[in-house]
Amino acid sequence: MDTQTRIAKVDRLRADFPLLGEWDLAYLDNAATTQKPVQVLEAVKHYYEAENANPLRGVYALSELATERYEEARALTAELLGAARPEEIVFTRNATESLNLLAYSYGSAHLKEGDEVIVSALEHHSNFLPWKAAAERAGAKLIQLPCTPEGELTAEALSKVLSERTKIVAMTQVSNVMGRKNDLRPLIDMAHAAGAVTVVDGAQSVPHMQVNVRELDTDFLVFSGHKMMAPMGIGALYGKYELLDAMPPFLTGGEMIETVHWDRIRYAQVPTRFEAGTVNAGGAVGLGAAIRYIRDEVGFDFIEAQESALVKIVMDGLSQMEGITVIGSQKAEDHKGIVTFMVDDVHPHDVASILSTEKVAIRAGHHCAQPLMDFLGVKSTCRVSFAFYNTEEEAEAFLRALGKVRGLMGYGK
Amino acid sequence: MGNSTFYNEVLTDHNMHPLHKHDLENPDYVLEGVNPSCGDEISLQLKVEDGVIKGGSFVGDGCAISQASADIMIDLILGKTVEEALSMADSFLRMIKGEATEEEIESLEEAGALEDISHMPARVKCAVLGWHTLKEILEKECGKQ
Repeated sequence: MDTQTRIAKVDRLRADFPLLGEWDLAYLDNAATTQKPVQVLEAVKHYYEAENANPLRGVYALSELATERYEEARALTAELLGAARPEEIVFTRNATESLNLLAYSYGSAHLKEGDEVIVSALEHHSNFLPWKAAAERAGAKLIQLPCTPEGELTAEALSKVLSERTKIVAMTQVSNVMGRKNDLRPLIDMAHAAGAVTVVDGAQSVPHMQVNVRELDTDFLVFSGHKMMAPMGIGALYGKYELLDAMPPFLTGGEMIETVHWDRIRYAQVPTRFEAGTVNAGGAVGLGAAIRYIRDEVGFDFIEAQESALVKIVMDGLSQMEGITVIGSQKAEDHKGIVTFMVDDVHPHDVASILSTEKVAIRAGHHCAQPLMDFLGVKSTCRVSFAFYNTEEEAEAFLRALGKVRGLMGYGK
Repeated sequence: MGNSTFYNEVLTDHNMHPLHKHDLENPDYVLEGVNPSCGDEISLQLKVEDGVIKGGSFVGDGCAISQASADIMIDLILGKTVEEALSMADSFLRMIKGEATEEEIESLEEAGALEDISHMPARVKCAVLGWHTLKEILEKECGKQ
């Protein structure tokens, strides 16, 4: 796709996002959450206006319609991830809940004293704390898989910590701080050869690239809908069917059972077993609409092309600016829509506050990855993160605003 | 709200050239204050004799607002009685909530330069970190008397 066609497409797609028209703001905090297109908002509205009943329960037509919509979203999610069957998708609130489900259910069923759980240094707290707690409950040991200074997870590093005691290896595909895409297949193969299962955090990869769980051969993968144009409160857990099928429930209650008597209980089949209580059907419909939107209106080729172009502008601009340090790889092509950096002498929160007054929204802080901050030897950082609807002008506005920061704080005069 | 009022000279000056950012010899009180949202940390150190603040300093790490606010605060409370300092802390906290009178803001001298932070809810915790820590120490001192 040539540059002109790409820019025209961004302009066209931006019109789908009502919020982008409401705010005079370069919204560059997409790794935190994305804005929502009208196609998703309308789908949720239509569900509640015309299709709502409690899914999976009633035998009347309306409930059947609600069930159909909910299951359609599951099928779309399975198709997005290249899962073997829709039953391999469990709907949750978000990636965090998916990881807690795994840590409680799979973790409690399989971890015992003396076992080891490997978690990478890159992980968001949500792929660290549940495993730390699961390991503590079982008397197992939590072991860190270090990353390279460029933010990469390597087979070599994994070979140093992997052993026959390893039961679970939890890794992110794209770090929410370093933005680097990890080639996980070789690491997953190694983990399998050692008899461990793999958990991939796809929160920052699934929205930005074509992820195929069968090509990855990962046992589990999680993501959040709200980081990919869907409403907040809907996310998913992918698991290989035979693994999910052997797992005990996480939350218990309504909907996740087959029969319940005082003295004997049969839990429902997968995935219903893991979806206790009334489900977030409206959210699931929104996720389905988001997946359709990305598939039919946007496309991953376009997403990657646009986000790479924006990252290139920012990386080039930052490299020419004084007093800026980019964390991780210095090569633009290593950043999947995310660039994390420091400004000399200026605290990240002050950088973000100044940018806010310049109508540019970026993130500052530890990005829920404090062990990684420790690993990098910093307390907090600034992060700019793109979505396909961001423009070249916004990337340049960010650079212009950033260029003012040190001067406004009294430095470099 | 523009930058010009927010990161003003008083704030940037106290951030770049703090007067009281060092350890105190034999302090009577040392108290750590932490703001988990920004990761700001200060360790406030005070000498109190006969109900008067005779010495004060802080060490720490954090954003300009937290560090400058602590520095301005110490400047302001040195030589004041515990009661006077507590009353200033209350005025400052009211100012940050947008509830202080003009008179009160004036009594806060340089600390009044932080008034605009009341419009930035995400940064309020940075501005009040030093003052909250001070209040905690002085309330202990009051309990002792």
